[in-house]
Amino acid sequence: MADFGLTACHECDLLQREPILPPGGVACCQRCDAVLFRDTPDLVDRGLAWTLAAAILFVVANIFPIVGLEVQGTLNATSLYGAVERIWDNNMEGVAALVFGTTILIPAMEISMMLYLLLPLKFGWLPEEAKSILRILQSVRPWSMTQVFILGVLVALVKLAHLAHVVPGIALWAFGGLILSLTAAIANFNAHALWSLLKESE
Amino acid sequence: MSESAVTASHMGLCACHGCGGLSQLIPGVHEMRCRRCGASLHPRKPNSISRTWAYLIAASIMYVPANVLPIMKTGSLFGSQSDTIMSGVVYLWHSGSWHLALVVFIASVLVPLAKILSLTYLAISVQLGWTERALERTKLYRVLEFVGPWSMLDVYVVTILVALVQLKSLATIEPGPAAAAFGAVVVLTMLAAMSFDPRLLWEPEETHHV
Repeated sequence: MADFGLTACHECDLLQREPILPPGGVACCQRCDAVLFRDTPDLVDRGLAWTLAAAILFVVANIFPIVGLEVQGTLNATSLYGAVERIWDNNMEGVAALVFGTTILIPAMEISMMLYLLLPLKFGWLPEEAKSILRILQSVRPWSMTQVFILGVLVALVKLAHLAHVVPGIALWAFGGLILSLTAAIANFNAHALWSLLKESE
Repeated sequence: MSESAVTASHMGLCACHGCGGLSQLIPGVHEMRCRRCGASLHPRKPNSISRTWAYLIAASIMYVPANVLPIMKTGSLFGSQSDTIMSGVVYLWHSGSWHLALVVFIASVLVPLAKILSLTYLAISVQLGWTERALERTKLYRVLEFVGPWSMLDVYVVTILVALVQLKSLATIEPGPAAAAFGAVVVLTMLAAMSFDPRLLWEPEETHHV
């Protein structure tokens, strides 16, 4: 079947010709203005750099404590996983699973799947499972909620500020960096361009 | 909207929900797969409206305990205290952090309610077969998708508070039943928004069952 040189908007189904974009350009639907796809210059290099940064920060953010509470000389600090365990121990298994999934599991999947695709691509090839990986990546993405989690930590800190002395941990800063690098990695990770690469490689 | 607009389904084409590639639909053939990525093809999300309604009804039911029951219980030397989402907002407001009170109120109370009401409106508009103002309704849908995860805020606040405030004799915080209900509301409204197909706003009749 020939390629039609056409694209259909995923939000209103309008059939339109795929425009040729200038570097960094964005193609929008002519009828509903939805973003159809964008051009990302140096897709692999930039994407890989941000994804590697995100991977390192993710590890730091999960190993070290996020915040500590100092009362009468004793410090009670918690890491993200420690907080999940605590919620689990309070008979809130569902909430624990939800927090674990949206802040640890899915961001980890996101980062590792992007690395799995971008690293080989840097050397000019794509793994065999690239199609299924790309599909899974797109379907889990809405459930990755690191930014919301950090806002939640900040609200909790303000609530605690007059109860005790609050000590921000290393992971809090790592999380801040993680949000930035992950957002940049996702912005540079051009699924549309990867799909067309996959088509050419056949 | 415009009479001349040609959509993929008019031309017997179907865009893949996974990779966006176009495939030619063969009439009468069910369970077709995308020629590029192999995902199963659906001109519209399957049973979009019924699924949206199912998730919406479930979310509205859970919205009640999420707001009425306590989201956390604080125990201290001076007795114990239960907080609902609203009393938490009021507390933040009185303690001088009116901006955070506003953020929590918007994320936890307003956004879930607005999501449930707007999706109800969108689902009804498709069922009544409206075609006018499709652009505005599509934009509303886009906003809904964007704000979805932000309602998770309070679940995270409780998680952190519970983990930190375990000061034996001084004070402890335990999660309340509303935390679970609230998490369920967020997940259910996100699933409802995902099941809804914005293309139905432009062509309401669900005539394509492949």
